Amino acid sequence: MPRIIVVTSGKGGVGKTTTSAAIAMGLAKKGHKTAVIDFDVGLRNLDLIMGCERRVVYDFVNVINGEATLNQALIRDKNCNLLYILPASQTRDKDALSQEGVGRVLDELKKDFKYIVCDSPAGIEKGAHLAMYFADDAFVVTNPEVSSVRDSDRMLGILASKSRRAEQNDEPIKEYLLLTRYSPERVKLGEMLSVDDVQDILSLHLLGVIPESKSVLNASNSGTPVILDEKSDAGQAYADIIARYLGENRPHRFIEDKKGFFRKFFGSR
Amino acid sequence: MSLLDYFRSSKVGSASLAKERLQILVAHERSSLSQPSYLPQLQKELLEVIQKYINVGQDAISVSFEQDENQETLELNIVLPDLTAKKT
Ligand SMILES: Nc1ncnc2c1ncn2[C@@H]1O[C@H](COP(=O)(O)OP(=O)(O)OP(=O)(O)O)[C@@H](O)[C@H]1O
Ligand SMILES: [Mg+2]
Repeated sequence: MPRIIVVTSGKGGVGKTTTSAAIAMGLAKKGHKTAVIDFDVGLRNLDLIMGCERRVVYDFVNVINGEATLNQALIRDKNCNLLYILPASQTRDKDALSQEGVGRVLDELKKDFKYIVCDSPAGIEKGAHLAMYFADDAFVVTNPEVSSVRDSDRMLGILASKSRRAEQNDEPIKEYLLLTRYSPERVKLGEMLSVDDVQDILSLHLLGVIPESKSVLNASNSGTPVILDEKSDAGQAYADIIARYLGENRPHRFIEDKKGFFRKFFGSR
Repeated sequence: MSLLDYFRSSKVGSASLAKERLQILVAHERSSLSQPSYLPQLQKELLEVIQKYINVGQDAISVSFEQDENQETLELNIVLPDLTAKKT
């Protein structure tokens, strides 16, 4: 059975697009035919992160409106031939996406793809609603910071009550926590919420922790998902996340502060 | 507390305060979100009816909704003006 994954957060700028690009690439690299859809109508960015911005001809809204076929709009990734990108439209029309239209495109994608990753826009407006409405799994991207945690909790309430699965009384969406931009050093100093702190509040299944990493900016500069940077900490963290999602049991990394001065000096507790 | 303990203690920063604030806020928001959406309107209409008979203020009435596994309860609380206020 194909699965629809929504990458969501409520709060803006926490790493949804970075994560969508990385996990879509990760799933495809594992041999699963995967499509990644940009739901951020008017603020298209996934194309840049995937490095296919110059190959965009048609977009999601064109397909919904019947101005292009799905095959015309899907862009095959340059690094992996099992990965396809459906870019967002740059239209300023807020109502360009309709529930019926999105459902129709997702149904068509399900015939051909194993995983469909939906990169949600920020907020809880229409675009974010449609990105999560048809989902089977939700990757809740959260930063260890008060407003992000609060917004994630809001989003969990919406996933549990406003999704198709909720409306039809189906099995609920499976929710996973991805804690990103994590700094073990700052957690150690008590300056940043720890994984456990966030888990105490959200109590979600933790899929992985992605450290704050320079490699993310490098990756977006060059238009290659960070997961392809196999030497980088963030790349490895995303690779772990894919392995865990696909059922492998991997210990969590990047939670402990390895290079902490005090720890080296005074010994670990 | 020795200097060593000071460096070893991990909660010198503001993260514990952040957690505390979040726990309170999230608990509050979860309970208010699970309330039925008709609650504010119900409260407003009830107040109008009561004000026909009794001279009470806007905040004299509170309606709260509780839910557990097998029942939902609606609690209605009306505070009547105190007698001394009424005499004057
Ligand atoms: N692990 C990380 N380490 C360092 N920087 C990161 C990390 N994850 C994301 N960023 C940076 O944070 C910024 C926002 O990331 P991104 O665009 O993925 O967020 P978003 O949630 O999709 O934002 P929006 O809500 O606007 O769609 C980018 O500049 C990105 O490079
Ligand atoms: Mg984004």
